[in-house]
Amino acid sequence: MNLKLKALTKSIWVFHVSAASCNNCDIEILDCITPRFDVERFGIQLVGSVRHADALLITGIINRKSAPRVRKIYEQAPKPCVVIAVGQCALSQHMFRFGYNAPEPLDKILPVDLYIPGCPPKPEAMIDGIVKLVNKVRGNPALPKRTGVII
Amino acid sequence: MKIFFDYLIFPGFLFSAVVGLLAGWVDRKVTARIQWRVGPPWHQNFTDILKLLGKETIVPEGAKFTFLFSPYLGLLSVVLVAALLGEGIIFPLQGFVGDLIVVLYLLTIPAIALIMGGSSSRNPLASVGVSREMKLVLAYELPFLLSVTAVVIKSAGAIQISQILTHQMSAGSNIASISGTLAFLTALLCMQAKLGFVPFDASEAEQEIMGGVLIEYSGLPLAIFKLTKAIMLYTMPLFLIILFLAKDLSPLFLIGKYIGLLVIIILLKNTNPRLRIDQALRFFWRIPTLSAIIAIILALFGL
Repeated sequence: MNLKLKALTKSIWVFHVSAASCNNCDIEILDCITPRFDVERFGIQLVGSVRHADALLITGIINRKSAPRVRKIYEQAPKPCVVIAVGQCALSQHMFRFGYNAPEPLDKILPVDLYIPGCPPKPEAMIDGIVKLVNKVRGNPALPKRTGVII
Repeated sequence: MKIFFDYLIFPGFLFSAVVGLLAGWVDRKVTARIQWRVGPPWHQNFTDILKLLGKETIVPEGAKFTFLFSPYLGLLSVVLVAALLGEGIIFPLQGFVGDLIVVLYLLTIPAIALIMGGSSSRNPLASVGVSREMKLVLAYELPFLLSVTAVVIKSAGAIQISQILTHQMSAGSNIASISGTLAFLTALLCMQAKLGFVPFDASEAEQEIMGGVLIEYSGLPLAIFKLTKAIMLYTMPLFLIILFLAKDLSPLFLIGKYIGLLVIIILLKNTNPRLRIDQALRFFWRIPTLSAIIAIILALFGL
């Protein structure tokens, strides 16, 4: 395992993209940095700007308004950068899958590396998912393309 | 050859970067303990820098040449300050006349580098951060220079670091008098603003303007800005120790004084909310400026 990859997996800076979610997933994401879970132990930080990000946490249904913006944000992130879909809406559009305004799920727009299901997912589930993704990224040097880990 | 060694390795770049990154870890760890968390491991800041070196560097469309140039400007000047101060402590006889003024000028350059880099990145949020940074520089430079003037007056008009050190070694620390205490408190508040820590971090406010001046930086330039901040965290307390607390500079006392100042900075950072920029300007031009002027007057009377 080379040094660059090790440093990348030991200090993951996360940018939180809320693409029209109901805010439940966002609250659970913020729970991860509270004293009970404290993901800063593993070097995971929330950052304000997408230019500093190593991982994009995307929550909510991707509708006609937010799809181009989400793609733009992904293009602005410096690579290597992983995309994590959090919550049932980002995974499979949940109850909005027949909605007129939600044409396709997130993984038709972006290469998603990790799916974390739940409505909303527990902080334990998110930490578990990150651990699985880190293990997978360390296993093969190239970042996985469109092959998600389902936990 | 010795100059290159001084600048690049021992009191200069490598040493100050390692000490500054470790001090940054102390900051994160103590902050975490105050918030009842566990906090990151000791190598976290090194890992962050290493990771940023491996990331892609994005230059925004239409950015000027200064976008990639300004991080190096800030780093070079602050490393020069670290080398000068370190040499001044180890070999007090090697200084030149007026190196105090050189250090004061060089210490403003990191803020100017931030202003140049942010304003050349063509981002509206960065320009908001740049305007705040400029106002903050205007706010804290006046009381800081006044408190340094009080020190100069107390050590019989010496503008050489070695003379200030020898004066304090013979006549006692500058902080042990009324004017010295007032000037020290002023300089402490100005140091907090120079380091960009919480009561005065409106220019990099993550929650409102998304990183402010650093918003467009990624990869190597961002790592250099982080490194500049870490070296500032080593240099500024050392400068204050030289100006105010230099009675005994044996290694153990030096480390103890440095850690004491670091703890004061961290506690100030963790017990205060962020000030708006107009509040910061009003604060700096009233209380610290007034106390620095009183310190100068008292120093002229020899108190």
